[in-house]
Amino acid sequence: MNWTWFYKLGSPKWFYETANKLLPWFLWVGVVLLLVGSVWGLAFAPQDYQQGNSFRIIYLHVPSAILAQSCYMMMAVAAVISLVWKMKLADMFIASAAPIGAAFTFLALFTGAVWGKPTWGTWWVWDARLTAMLVLLFLYFGVISLRSALENIDLASRASAILILVGVVNIPIIKYSVEWWNTLHQPATFTLTEKPAMPSEMWLPLLVMVIGMYCFFAAISLMRIKNEILQRERRTKWVRTLISQTAKL
Amino acid sequence: MNFESFSEFLLMDGHALYVWLSYGMGLFIIVFSYVQPVLARKSLIRDLAQRQRREEQGSSQVNTTVSGLERNTEKNSGETCL
Repeated sequence: MNWTWFYKLGSPKWFYETANKLLPWFLWVGVVLLLVGSVWGLAFAPQDYQQGNSFRIIYLHVPSAILAQSCYMMMAVAAVISLVWKMKLADMFIASAAPIGAAFTFLALFTGAVWGKPTWGTWWVWDARLTAMLVLLFLYFGVISLRSALENIDLASRASAILILVGVVNIPIIKYSVEWWNTLHQPATFTLTEKPAMPSEMWLPLLVMVIGMYCFFAAISLMRIKNEILQRERRTKWVRTLISQTAKL
Repeated sequence: MNFESFSEFLLMDGHALYVWLSYGMGLFIIVFSYVQPVLARKSLIRDLAQRQRREEQGSSQVNTTVSGLERNTEKNSGETCL
């Protein structure tokens, strides 16, 4: 089995150049999809017969919640790669993705609270899914503060990777909490296997928003990893040349 | 189109506060997530370029200082330095 692609992936220079090529695609596709999805969801989707127009918050709440969890899973995979293969790029991904994941988790919690007020009559309740999402937010904050507190980069990588892996048990709790326990939060709108219970005019813009968020997440991650690479590889020849060329412009 | 007029769209049938608060926060998060790495990159490149320039200046200064020192020790080779 030819593993060269895996080791090539570990080269910061290769990744930087590839990121440059991929970035505009992810950014533009993401922004367009988010715009189309939002306008579609806000203006064109029919309103819910029970919840009225507040249900339109779903078009922000569900995608950000999905991304918040997916981002953590990606960080968990990167944590394993970082610990086992000591690949620098995996660690750079963790450093870059943690703030984005935290932002999406916050957005999910915020939109959820705002949606909950007219729907359930309360901004917050300590049910399984909400509490587990709050724990996720704290895990993200934990990774960010751990990395900024530890001076030694190797120590910071190892410690944050371990923290991420310890916390990964939270993700199935978030996902299956609505099945395991009799909680307030409603069960899943989407599963990968079944068609959703909503009519297509309602879930199509949701699909568009989810894909748009993924693309946007990819774009922002690439931007942040590029910055990480420049910072960490600043002593190498290719970065020094790049800096002197860019600074002159 | 689900709404009869633009003002109906803004009012969201009474749920305006909730819908627009959520979407406002969403817009803020999206915009901030984009702007932050752009600004970080600019200041990073500026700092690294400054550091590189200083290193190049510094290394040329070190060369002249070293040659000065060598000349000095040659002159005082007979004396002990305290």
